[in-house]
Amino acid sequence: MKVGFEHYLILSALLFALGLTGVLVRRNLLVIYMSLELMLNAANLSLVAASHFSPGHSLDGQVFVFFIITVAAAEVAVGLALIVALYRRRQTAHVEDLTTMKL
Amino acid sequence: MNGLLHSQNLPWLVLFLPLLAAGLITLFTRRDRNLSAGLSIGAVVAGFIFTVVFLATSGWTPKTTESTFVWLSIGDLQIDFGLRFDPLSILMMLMVTGVASLIHIYSWGYMRDDAGFSRFFACLSLFTFSMLGIVLSTNFVQLFIFWELVGVSSYLLIGFWFERTAAADAGKKAFITNRLGDFGFLLGILLVWKNLNSLHFGMLQRIVTENPQALGALTTAAGLLIFCGAMGKSAQFPLHVWLPDAMEGPTPVSALIHAATMVAAGVYMLCRVFFLLNLPASNALLVIACIGGFTALLSALIAVQQNDIKRILAYSTLSQLGYMVMGVGLGGPEQSMFHLTTHAFFKALLFLGAGSVILALHHEQDIWKMGALRKKMPVTFWTFLVGTLALAGFWPLSGFFSKDSILATALEHSHPMVKYGFFALGALVAILTAFYMFRLVFVVFLGAEKSDGPGHAHESAPVILWPLRVLAVFSIIGGFIGIEYIYHRQFTSPEEAHALTFAQQLIHPFTAAPIAALGGLIAAVLGLAVAYALYAKADKDPLPEKLGALSRGMRNRFYFDEIYQATVIRIHEFLATLADWFERWIIEGFCVGLVRGGTEITGKMLRQVQSGNLQVYAFLFALGVAFVLYLALK
Repeated sequence: MKVGFEHYLILSALLFALGLTGVLVRRNLLVIYMSLELMLNAANLSLVAASHFSPGHSLDGQVFVFFIITVAAAEVAVGLALIVALYRRRQTAHVEDLTTMKL
Repeated sequence: MNGLLHSQNLPWLVLFLPLLAAGLITLFTRRDRNLSAGLSIGAVVAGFIFTVVFLATSGWTPKTTESTFVWLSIGDLQIDFGLRFDPLSILMMLMVTGVASLIHIYSWGYMRDDAGFSRFFACLSLFTFSMLGIVLSTNFVQLFIFWELVGVSSYLLIGFWFERTAAADAGKKAFITNRLGDFGFLLGILLVWKNLNSLHFGMLQRIVTENPQALGALTTAAGLLIFCGAMGKSAQFPLHVWLPDAMEGPTPVSALIHAATMVAAGVYMLCRVFFLLNLPASNALLVIACIGGFTALLSALIAVQQNDIKRILAYSTLSQLGYMVMGVGLGGPEQSMFHLTTHAFFKALLFLGAGSVILALHHEQDIWKMGALRKKMPVTFWTFLVGTLALAGFWPLSGFFSKDSILATALEHSHPMVKYGFFALGALVAILTAFYMFRLVFVVFLGAEKSDGPGHAHESAPVILWPLRVLAVFSIIGGFIGIEYIYHRQFTSPEEAHALTFAQQLIHPFTAAPIAALGGLIAAVLGLAVAYALYAKADKDPLPEKLGALSRGMRNRFYFDEIYQATVIRIHEFLATLADWFERWIIEGFCVGLVRGGTEITGKMLRQVQSGNLQVYAFLFALGVAFVLYLALK
């Protein structure tokens, strides 16, 4: 079986769906964070695949992915720092305990 | 003279000095009684002097007839604030400042012991300012503003002793009754503005002179609506009820309201816009004459059976105002203004004299508790007698000349019914006038003492007596010093230059209109004779026994207050209840309630969404994205 563009896309969609489900159903902030990264990488995968299967083998999509990885790394640094700070203050990392935004 | 004291600027000073005094007193000098009174008196006396200087430099018909600046400009509507100088306004200015000066001085003596002394003078100055504003106005808007200012200051002064319920109520009654008339007046002004596109008196006069049909079918309506204003201010039937109640104010206020200001404003305004009333297509004048005549007769009848010294004078004022309005209606503004002027002198005199009596008797106002005051208060008696003779119309006192000129105007009317009807009415009112005034004099000053009060009375202070003397002099000579001639220049021909000498003026009524003159004289003598027969030695009023129900009706003012209470006020209260119900249930309950309730319910529902749970937000966000994607890819 030849692996084509659509297989990559299906895999990417599955990963994205897994990530989204994780974000919606998991209670621990850290796990939610990991799921978020999963969604991000699902997007990366589709970008790389698109780059590979594009008519002139353009490298634009791959360059784009490097940027996303860099920015995601910075974002993880900030996000984890926030989670740590939150945990120190509240002694919890569970989202159902963090409802001070409620009206 | 130049700069500020240039003669053209003097009237501005005359107008604004009293306002300045009122402001200074209210803001700074309320604690210092004498300084307050001095400021107020100084302002109005200075106003009088400036008016005289202005008259001496510019004459009765100044070259510049107006001094204005643009006050307001909206679209093509331009409203000026200005002063108008013509014989009518200058003479009125002279009279208002002159009579007001005397009343101010008198007040210093009369109000000496009152706690609100400073406040009184502030209000008095405001009143004078407002009246001068009316007199000098160049256009309807300015006139209307000062018109309302007069209403406000009269409210303040009539209700001056506001701790007394009767005084507070009288103030409100005066204000509200006046507002009723003013509403019609405002409609009239708007009607004139809409149709003639101008509010300026001079401009309006030019427009209607060029095109008497300019107002079209609305000519009569406009005239009558404008007359509504005069009806309120000059207390004509059916809005006459406030004036007698206005007696609750201090006596100098009554004098000011009844003589120089307020009630004079209505008649003055009618004469000022006379050119709008006597258009050929208008029937307004006839209605005005009828209302004036009816008011004159009605209030003269009521005056016959009143027992309060001030109320008798109040109804007498009503009656004389009716006379003036009738005069305007018969086409004689100059005669009406003449009567207004002389009336100002002798009615101010009578009120101030009555005030002197009331003060001597420690605020006793019932004439049947007075009597025999002639010996005790000679100056008050003689000046009061002069006022009475003038009001009754005895030759050669001022009242004779002015009353005669109105009667003569009636006789000049072309329509025979109108002519003899109004002449007879005028003569009848003249008889009644002489009758009730001499009833007052006989009961108060002559005869026996009717209670203990008069025994302890003594003559008032000089500050009270001197204004009486001055006013008495003018009440005597006012008829033949050429006042009518000045008004003649205003209304008939500006440059007609045959002034009569004093002697000629003295006998002029008898040569010009002998029937009117003799009729007026006979009426006065008749009234005097009947009053003498009935009251010269009376201890109590003989009329109630002789007239029965009629006398009771007169005494109770023909039940006008009661009728209004039962009809107008009842209807008004019904409407108010209805409006209150509508407001409470329909507007507040239904309209406002619906909006408020709807907002609240929606708010409560939307609040549920804001749970604070991160994952709910994320889920909604994902749903939203999905929805947008669905829309985009469909």
